[in-house]
Amino acid sequence: MVHFSNKNIPQISTQLTFSDVVNSWKARWGINRMSYILTPGLYAVGNPDSNSPVLVTANYKLTVDTLRKELQDLNAWILVLDTKGINVWCAAAKGTFATNELVNRIAEVKLAEVVSHKSIIVPQLGAVGISAHEVLKDSGFKVTYGPVRAKDIKEFINAGMKATKEMRTVQFNMIDRLVLTPLELTAAIKPSIIVLLLLFLLNFIGIKHFGIKDLYAYLGALIAGCVLTPVLLPWIPGRAFAFKGWLLGLIMASLFLPGENLLHDLGYLLVFPAMSAFYAMNFTGASTYTSFSGVIKEMQYAVPSIILSICVGVIIL
Amino acid sequence: MKNKYLKNVSTLKYMPDKCVGCGMCVNVCPHRVFDIKGSKAEIIDKDSCMECGACAKNCPAGAIEVKTGVGCAYAIIMGKLMGTEPTCDCSNGKSGKCC
Repeated sequence: MVHFSNKNIPQISTQLTFSDVVNSWKARWGINRMSYILTPGLYAVGNPDSNSPVLVTANYKLTVDTLRKELQDLNAWILVLDTKGINVWCAAAKGTFATNELVNRIAEVKLAEVVSHKSIIVPQLGAVGISAHEVLKDSGFKVTYGPVRAKDIKEFINAGMKATKEMRTVQFNMIDRLVLTPLELTAAIKPSIIVLLLLFLLNFIGIKHFGIKDLYAYLGALIAGCVLTPVLLPWIPGRAFAFKGWLLGLIMASLFLPGENLLHDLGYLLVFPAMSAFYAMNFTGASTYTSFSGVIKEMQYAVPSIILSICVGVIIL
Repeated sequence: MKNKYLKNVSTLKYMPDKCVGCGMCVNVCPHRVFDIKGSKAEIIDKDSCMECGACAKNCPAGAIEVKTGVGCAYAIIMGKLMGTEPTCDCSNGKSGKCC
């Protein structure tokens, strides 16, 4: 994706190759996810000159892929910050996509010698880590916040660096949520192995007998919490993620009830929906609209309820 | 359909008397919490605030305060277990999960 042309400034291609697509798919499943890092610095797209716009971005390869494929037929400079391979929004929250890094990078690539204007376009979500007035004071460059999504960048530039309200708003539609579910599932593998080991242990010491039916019910709870809740999120009643997960988990668990005796069924309904609630609650971190204060409040109720429900359920199973 | 999270939890504080009406908060907010009414900013949808802190960071007049933090249950659990501040750092090195 990068090659060197004149002036020794590396050139970025606006075409994604087949291997780019495969790599981004692998990253979604958590395979070698942290090895997609680009060297920070200044890159060229098309044939930029001293009047061309400067776009700031992170050095996570998926982020750069998302940006560069929207820049066809455009001449621009790309200033890649060192965000340790993390996307713009998360890096801004972590403090790597930051005022300091931007000011230093502007100096290091000698941006003032490359372009004759004093304007840089920073993605809007980078504002979490960047203070526009401080960048102006420390570097002389004026930050204009671009749209949230790279796909709007051309329209933004063509409109004279003006973003519509739509361009300024973070969405979290069904496709956005769906692409995150594989990582939710892979993240659930470790706790799942612990759960299955515990069941095996209980089987081994002969207190309870867990079989293949219980395994199916567990997988159902996992799917309800890690896949169905994220995908159906805004349509599930309630606001707390744990509640939404519990509700879907309840429906899912009722499909797997053994129906042998009432107490056993009750155990199922206490254990599995609570597990779904836990997995759904963890999706707060992947969502784009939960606040710290909100998650703290949710957890105050959800965590004790989940623990109690699972403990009582396991005892009566 | 719009995603809505818990009501009345945001720590967002806005001091209108300091506002210079530059509109930066409107530009950076990803959830349309602010709007410019007349010559000053106004909070129009506080419950959509996710406490990212972009508005406070980019307000040249210091008219906005918000306690920022990660809205991530996993990070908060790990923070409690490790006795550290909850951060997205689960992706740095160890497990390679989340953002």
